[in-house]
Amino acid sequence: MASASNPTPALETRGLTIRFGGHVAVNAVSCAFQPGTLTAIVGPNGAGKTTYFNLISGQLKATAGSVLVDGRDITRLPASARTHRGLGRAFQLTNLFPQLTALENVRLAIQSRAGAGWSMFNIWDTRRDLIEEAEAMLETVHLADKRHLSPKTLSHGDQRKLEVALLMALDPKIYMFDEPTAGMSVDEVPTVLELIHQIKARGDRTILLVEHKMDVVRSLADRIIVLHNGALVADGEPASVIASPIVQEAYLGLEAAHD
Amino acid sequence: MTDATLSSLPVSSLPRQGGLLRTILSADPPRSKALSLLLLVVLLALVATPFALPGSQPLGTAAKICIFILLAASYDLLLGYTGIVSFAHTMFFGIGGYGIAIALNKLGATWSSVFIGLVAALALSAALAFIIGLVSLRVRAIFFSMITLAVASAVLVLASQMSGITGGEDGMSFQLPPELRPAFKLGTFLDTAINGRLLAYYLVFFVALGMFLLLLRIVNSPFGRVLQAIRENEFRAEALGYRVVSYRIAASVISALAATVAGALLALWLRYNGPDTTLSFAIMIDVLLMVVIGGMGTMYGAVIGAALFVLAQSYLQVLMGSISESLAAVPLLASLTHPDRWLLWLGILFVASVYAFPGGIVGRLRKTS
Ligand SMILES: Nc1ncnc2c1ncn2[C@@H]1O[C@H](COP(=O)(O)OP(=O)(O)O)[C@@H](O)[C@H]1O
Ligand SMILES: [Mg+2]
Repeated sequence: MASASNPTPALETRGLTIRFGGHVAVNAVSCAFQPGTLTAIVGPNGAGKTTYFNLISGQLKATAGSVLVDGRDITRLPASARTHRGLGRAFQLTNLFPQLTALENVRLAIQSRAGAGWSMFNIWDTRRDLIEEAEAMLETVHLADKRHLSPKTLSHGDQRKLEVALLMALDPKIYMFDEPTAGMSVDEVPTVLELIHQIKARGDRTILLVEHKMDVVRSLADRIIVLHNGALVADGEPASVIASPIVQEAYLGLEAAHD
Repeated sequence: MTDATLSSLPVSSLPRQGGLLRTILSADPPRSKALSLLLLVVLLALVATPFALPGSQPLGTAAKICIFILLAASYDLLLGYTGIVSFAHTMFFGIGGYGIAIALNKLGATWSSVFIGLVAALALSAALAFIIGLVSLRVRAIFFSMITLAVASAVLVLASQMSGITGGEDGMSFQLPPELRPAFKLGTFLDTAINGRLLAYYLVFFVALGMFLLLLRIVNSPFGRVLQAIRENEFRAEALGYRVVSYRIAASVISALAATVAGALLALWLRYNGPDTTLSFAIMIDVLLMVVIGGMGTMYGAVIGAALFVLAQSYLQVLMGSISESLAAVPLLASLTHPDRWLLWLGILFVASVYAFPGGIVGRLRKTS
């Protein structure tokens, strides 16, 4: 049973593994994430970070191992049910509804959280509260003036912000950000980091953040875990993990190439 | 909400409240003057046909237009809004037709037979659509298409062979309840006899209209928005918490129920049902064309597509007959315009229109306005 010093983790993976043919993309990763913490997940490209996320949020089915949310096994649940259990996901490759407006993209996330998806005989805009909330969310990510544009007409940076807005609109207990600032212009990055910082400041949300930029990781993370060839190879305080030989060797060399 | 609070909101894109027309059209107006006009013409023509155009042929064409608008609209819910292709739509159309035909033929020409036949058909359609969806939509949308093709073929064979129940290839005629028979007379209005035939027509008209508006409401509901999200990106819809397979099954059941009602209406109108009037794959192709020509994912496209298609089917041959006669002196042209070639010309017209208006007629009209 959980004790006061070590409560039930918000999220835990036990021996989580997926094999694509002969290739083990995520290899027996066991890791617990405590409520209210922000964990950065780092590792070179192809390390398995996105695949690890896909296994947690249900986009991929694990070959072995399990995923637990608040101590309850959700390994067999489809992605939609995991979302209702409190897992929320923003994608590395922008993954939106390309022909619907930005507002409708966000409203759909809010509508899901409100559990209104099965309402068939009301006009969609009867729920004005959902629309107002979506508008406020777009305001938050500085997209209010582009709310009637569809993602396919938005710039890459704006698409990334919309991607973040969809996750924030769901307001899950567990936020999973997969390289949220990748490909953004320098002046857009602080907006997104500030949003993540605000979510963290609430203290009741658990955050997983895949991020390459070491200064970002250093300033936001309570903890860093390192994935390498699908395996968890380091785990601990940001300063000590960053200083560890394995990170210096396997990862930080790559960071120079990224920046 | 008052104007003051509205304008004090940070952004002023909130939809306008109220308006009976807005409620009837579920906040989804035609959004094009030309389209509004066209829809109004179709509506008025369908309302006025019994009084404006005497004779049974125009009335039959009008009834058929009403029924195919409903059939095409229900197919659009699946194809245009949810993005899945079914080949079983006429199977549900046929189930509706057989439900009415068998009940009225075996249980007698009463309203309770109509009710029993319709309810039994709706139940069978819902069960079939649910089971087909459950076994196939979990896998992949393309698998669903293949399963619907297989099941629809099997049902077609079954209906043709179980002649004891369905009348086999010949189909089955029956008597209508007394109020819908031509002999039932209420008097005259605007020089037109108000008889059972006219009542039957307005029954078809109002049920089709009501069902169309219901479908329009469903596609514009929070549920309908989820269907469109699934069409756009099923992966993200699932990640947002929408169980895609359940929504697809629900869409498929709703679409099947509406097609069943359309089939029941056609049987009531024709006082007959058989494989060729409701079950055949030829009708399946017609419905597909109506939706594509009219404009997928618009609902109004079904109205325009069905009206044009049925009119072309009914009058193109007549038109071609007269052209062919006047071209009798030119052998090749005369044989090309022979009424037997009407399907060829219809095909050419459709290919040309799909090529010219990829978004269908409704898409085209909305773009210009
Ligand atoms: N669906 C898939 N099928 C086959 N291989 C995959 C699939 N998804 C990921 N992989 C492989 O798994 C490895 C990890 O990829 P990924 O999780 O995207 O890495 P990261 O996000 O750390 O850059 C890569 O070698 C990638 O090619
Ligand atoms: Mg990745």
